[in-house]
Amino acid sequence: MYSKAFVEALEQKSCDIRGDILMMLKEAKSGHSGGSLSSVEILTALYFYKMKHNPMNPDWDGRDYFILSKGHVCPALYTALAHSGYFPREELKTLRKFGSRLQGHPHWLKLPGLETSSGSLGQGLSVANGMALALKLDKKPNRVYCLLGDGELQEGQIWEAAMTSAHYGLDNVCAIVDYNNLEIDGYVEEVMGIHPLVEKWLSFNWHVHECDGNDITSVIRALDHASQMKRKPSVIIAHTTKGKGVSFMEDVDLWHGKTPSPEQLEQALSQLDGACSVFKPWN
Amino acid sequence: MVNEAMKLAENLFNNDVKMTPTRDGYGEALVELGESNPNVVVLSGDLTESTRTEGFKHKFPDRFYEMGICEQNMVGVACGLSMVGKIPFVATYAAFVPGRAFDQIRISAGYNRSNVKLSGAHAGISVGPDGATHQMMEDIALMRTLPGMTVIAPCDREETRKATIEAANLEGPVYLRFGRDKVPEVTTKETPFKIGKANILMDGSDVAIIANGPLVYEALDAAKTLRRNGVYCMVVNMHTVKPLDVTTLVYAARKCGAVITAEEHQITGGLGGAVAETLARNNPVPQEFIGMPDSYGESGKPRELMEKYGMSSTAIIEAVKKVIARKASGRIFAGVL
Ligand SMILES: Cc1ncc(C[n+]2csc(CCOP(=O)(O)OP(=O)(O)O)c2C)c(N)n1
Repeated sequence: MYSKAFVEALEQKSCDIRGDILMMLKEAKSGHSGGSLSSVEILTALYFYKMKHNPMNPDWDGRDYFILSKGHVCPALYTALAHSGYFPREELKTLRKFGSRLQGHPHWLKLPGLETSSGSLGQGLSVANGMALALKLDKKPNRVYCLLGDGELQEGQIWEAAMTSAHYGLDNVCAIVDYNNLEIDGYVEEVMGIHPLVEKWLSFNWHVHECDGNDITSVIRALDHASQMKRKPSVIIAHTTKGKGVSFMEDVDLWHGKTPSPEQLEQALSQLDGACSVFKPWN
Repeated sequence: MVNEAMKLAENLFNNDVKMTPTRDGYGEALVELGESNPNVVVLSGDLTESTRTEGFKHKFPDRFYEMGICEQNMVGVACGLSMVGKIPFVATYAAFVPGRAFDQIRISAGYNRSNVKLSGAHAGISVGPDGATHQMMEDIALMRTLPGMTVIAPCDREETRKATIEAANLEGPVYLRFGRDKVPEVTTKETPFKIGKANILMDGSDVAIIANGPLVYEALDAAKTLRRNGVYCMVVNMHTVKPLDVTTLVYAARKCGAVITAEEHQITGGLGGAVAETLARNNPVPQEFIGMPDSYGESGKPRELMEKYGMSSTAIIEAVKKVIARKASGRIFAGVL
């Protein structure tokens, strides 16, 4: 269904994005590594396969909308935007620095390509609903994607929003849960369990799709499947690994809000080299 | 006695003065806006009748969204709608927007600079029998701390109608506040209204009473009584708390040398706070505060509550006497030095 060459190109893109995330986090000396790395394939699939968007004209009214509800993983989004051509890759180095357009949590008024500002968890799906309602009112086909964290699902507002998308039959909404099992204080199931998650969304009257969120083919298949669904919103439960791609970060809660030292970066980048063709670091 | 240019209601001080709730003006304006602007949409949090949005709902059902009892979500949805070109009006009680949804307002509405129009109905203690849970006295304080937020507390039905229409034409987030109870119709169709421009309703040189919402009528009533005793108050309708009309305020303070602020809100953080902050920097004068004295409300008839907590013309008259005494002692003190 998807050509081998195409899938490999997307895998390479994911690898490059991972490398840039690690480099910018090392540079910034603060920021969120784990959740950024777990969402790389999701963002790659959206920005380099699924979404209609135009980096030359970010306000193009035919575009699909992407809302990063879990705003703290903006390093992943910034990198996807830079690789798409919204701004120079160079600028990734300025993450979290004074005067930078790359704020610690995204601010859409500063950076082309962003649709909203976020950072306070739980708000994105409501905003996505509003966009989707407006698009329906205007009889437009654009879709709205919204990336959620699994810990973020503990916010009550998420479920208010889930009710709303279903109530209004917003089949132009696609929520994606980065189900990496971890939040800050530990495993989601230990902090405040969200299990059984598929049943929860089903009972809220959503189409539910599951995928391996760190496997590009699995992600794009789920996205294609979701966009064919009618009358109900779709959620993709993307099973992922927090810190994906870096052995010492994988599934370790401490790496949620920690950044690599120069030595750790080197080690991390060497692991990426093993996974696909060589990642070219900046000088 | 009153400023002719303000074209206030002629029967203002008569027994037959028309009594209507401010929220009626909101409902009327929404229907007008629905007709004139296809982008205007309305969201209601299961409070359609009491927020007076049912007129819009019946006329424009496809642009009316029932959002149920989820105010945080409702604010977010409104922000999303605005990002795709709509002008959403969010209708619920002030206790819930901003009360319940402050973080959503701060980020999704404020920081995003969304073009959303939030309306807090049933604000203030004059909600009456529902009691303290529903008597929102902190909303102006919350909202006016947000950068870029416009905050308006109109004084009657007609002013609310004008404020609502103007809010739709203003780019950016706006908070409009209404009460539940009927209040006298002070203004008319001809009364000027501009967001951010205060109206001097009555001129005077002894004390300036800076009021908004239902306290505007109380201020006029107090000023009328005081005039009989030879005390001349200026009455300023400061309907917009943010951005505050600094020019008019400083003019009033300079001319009168003492001010009273009067509002149906906590004394801390509302109009009184805004006026004090501004005068402290520009032209400090003695100030007395009419408002809720750091307390929660209780059940009762609106009038009973307004009297008990000192938000009536009687309380304003007392405050005027007090501030005049302070002004005089200030002068003596300055003279001694
Ligand atoms: C409303 C709110 N509460 C708390 C936080 C602090 N916080 C930032 S990230 C995070 C954990 C998020 O976990 P999850 O949604 O699972 O994201 P991921 O594991 O993918 O990073 C918390 C509690 C916040 N940003 N917003």
